Amino acid sequence: MDPATPAIEVRDLRKSYGEIEAVRGVSFEVAPGEVFGFLGPNGAGKTTTINMLCTLAKPTGGSALVAGHDVVAERDDVRRNIGLVFQDPTLDGYLTAEQNLRMHAELYGVESGLVPARMKQVLEMVGLWDRRKAQVMTFSGGMRRRLEIARGFLHSPRVLFLDEPTIGLDPQTRSSIWRYIRALQQTEEITIFMTTHYMDEAEFCDRIAIMDKGVIVVLDSPDALKARVGADRVTIQTADDDAAVAALAERFGIEAKIAEGSVTFYVRSGEQFVPRLFAELGVQIRAVSVSRPTLDDVFMAHTGSTIRDAEDSTGKDRNRMVMQAMSGGRR
Amino acid sequence: MSATDTTTTEPPAPDTTPVARVVVPPRSFRSEVRAVKIVFRRELIRFRSDRVRIATSLIQPLLFLFVLGSGLQQLSKFGTHGVDLKTFIYPGILCISVMFTAMFSAASIVWDREFGFLREMMVAPIRRSSIVIGKCLGGACVSSLQGVVLICLAGVVHVPYDPILLLGIFGLQLLLAFSITAFGVMVAARIKQIQAFMGVMQMIVMPMFFISGALFPVSGLPGWLAVLNRIDPLTYAVDPMRRLVFGHLHITAAARAALDPGLTWWGWHLPAVFEVGVVLVLGLVMLGIAIWEFGATE
Repeated sequence: MDPATPAIEVRDLRKSYGEIEAVRGVSFEVAPGEVFGFLGPNGAGKTTTINMLCTLAKPTGGSALVAGHDVVAERDDVRRNIGLVFQDPTLDGYLTAEQNLRMHAELYGVESGLVPARMKQVLEMVGLWDRRKAQVMTFSGGMRRRLEIARGFLHSPRVLFLDEPTIGLDPQTRSSIWRYIRALQQTEEITIFMTTHYMDEAEFCDRIAIMDKGVIVVLDSPDALKARVGADRVTIQTADDDAAVAALAERFGIEAKIAEGSVTFYVRSGEQFVPRLFAELGVQIRAVSVSRPTLDDVFMAHTGSTIRDAEDSTGKDRNRMVMQAMSGGRR
Repeated sequence: MSATDTTTTEPPAPDTTPVARVVVPPRSFRSEVRAVKIVFRRELIRFRSDRVRIATSLIQPLLFLFVLGSGLQQLSKFGTHGVDLKTFIYPGILCISVMFTAMFSAASIVWDREFGFLREMMVAPIRRSSIVIGKCLGGACVSSLQGVVLICLAGVVHVPYDPILLLGIFGLQLLLAFSITAFGVMVAARIKQIQAFMGVMQMIVMPMFFISGALFPVSGLPGWLAVLNRIDPLTYAVDPMRRLVFGHLHITAAARAALDPGLTWWGWHLPAVFEVGVVLVLGLVMLGIAIWEFGATE
C-alpha cells in the first residue's frame, strides 16, 4: 500500500434496516498512523459504521475502502488487513491465553514459524506473558480486554478497530488499557479506529468525529473542537429553572439548556459574568459552577444532549457483560 | 467467575522493542485446511478439559443398557431365545450414546455464538464452510471418543472383543456422530438461544431414538410404527450396527431371525452398505445446508 493512500476512505456510506436508517450518509478519511475516534450516544450509528468497515455488515449505499480495499468487493483483503476488538468479549474462556492466540494465528494463516515470537511479543506488550498458560475464564475483565487487544494486533494489521474498548471497566483499568493501546500504536505504526462513550478517552485521539442520528455532526482534532466552543460553561441550580432560562434569554440574550436538574449555558469570561448573574437574574440561585470547555461541552453543543444521557444506555451493556461473566463457568 | 486480581492488571512499562512483524497471506486452499484443522483441534482441546460432560453424557446410555436391559430381561427371556436382552439392545445403545454426545457437540456452536467466540471465527479471512466443516468433524470425533467407553463394555454384555468388530463399531459411530452433528449445526444456524436449541434437539432426537428400533426388532411391527420406523433416519444407523454385532455372536438361527431380521422396504432386504449410505448422504446434505445457512448470514 502506498503510504499516501488513506487507511480508511469513506464516501457517503449508508445503511438501512428496513425503514430504519441507521447510517445516513457519512464521509471521512483516516490517514495512516492516525488514532481516529468515533463519539456519540448509543443508536447514533457508530457500531453500524464500524461493522460495515469490518465487512460484518453490507452497506446499502456509498462506498468504503479500508487499507486500500473495498469492503464489499474485496472483503477478504480487508479482513486480512484489519484487527478487531469488539464491544462484547469474543474469547474462549476454556482455552488458555496462549491457545486463544494460537487459534487466531491459525485462522488468519500466519506463517507458523513466526507465531511463537510474535505471540511472545504481543503478550509481553499487554503484560500477560506470565499468565499465558492460564485459562481465560480465570482472568479479570481488564485482563480479558488486554488479551483481546493483543489478539487484535497478533497478525500485524494495518488498521485496528476498537468498538468501545474500555466499556464496563473501572477507571484505573481503562487508563492502563489506553497506555497499552498508545504504546502498541507507536511501535507498530498502526491506524486505530475506535468508538467510545467516554469523553476523557476522546482526548487520546488525533481526530474525533461526533456522530448523532446516523450522521457526522462535526469532525476535528480535540483541541480545535474545544476552541470552537470557546466560551466557558456555567452551570447553575436555581429555585425555578424555567424562570431562570427565560430570565437569561430576556436580560442577557443567552440561550440556556436544562439538563439533569440544572441550567447550563456558555459565556465568555465566566468568572466575571457570575457577579452580574447574581445581581440581575432575579431568580434565586442555589449553586453555581464555572468550567473551561471540555469535550463534553463540544458534545453538548453539537448533539443537544450530555454524554451522561448517552451513558445511560451503556448501563444495559454493562449488565449484559456481567451476566455473561457470571454464566461463564457454565458453558 | 473467579480471580479478579487487581494487582496483576497493573501494567509494567510497555515494551517498545522492535516488532516481530507477521504477514497474513491471501486466502488459499492451504489456509482453509489450516482453519478446518484448528477449529477441529479446538473441539478436542475443549473436550479434554470438560470431564464432567464426558461423565454425564454416559449416564443415560448406561441406564438404558443396564437398568432397562436387566429389568426387562424378566419379561423377555422367552422372546429372546435365550439371548441376554442387554446383548440385544447393545447395538442400539451404541448408537444412542453417540447421538446424545453429538447433540452436545453441535450445541457448542450455539454456546460459541452466545459467548462471542463464533464472531472471532466469522470475521477471519476464511470461508464459513471451513468453520462448519471443522466443527462437524471435531464434534463427530469428540462424540465417538465418548462412545469408546461403551465399546469397552462389550464383554459385559457377552459381545466378543474382536478387533474387526470393534473397529467396525467405531467407524459406524463416527459416521452417525458426524451426521447428527451436521444436523445439529444446521439447526444451530437458525436457533440462536441455547435453551431453545436444546429443547428442539430433545424434541427431535427422543422420538428418533424410540422409533429407530434401538430397543426392539424391526420386523412384525404394527403398520403405523413400521412406516414411522422406515422414515426415521436413525433406523438406518441402528440396523447395520445390529447386523455387525450379531454377525459376531454365536446364537441359534431362530434367535437371529427374531432379533436381527434386517430392514425391508416392501419386502426388499436392504443391504447394510445401502443403509450406511443413507446415513452418510443425509449427513452430507445437512452439512451442505449448514454451510449454506452460515454463509448467508452477515
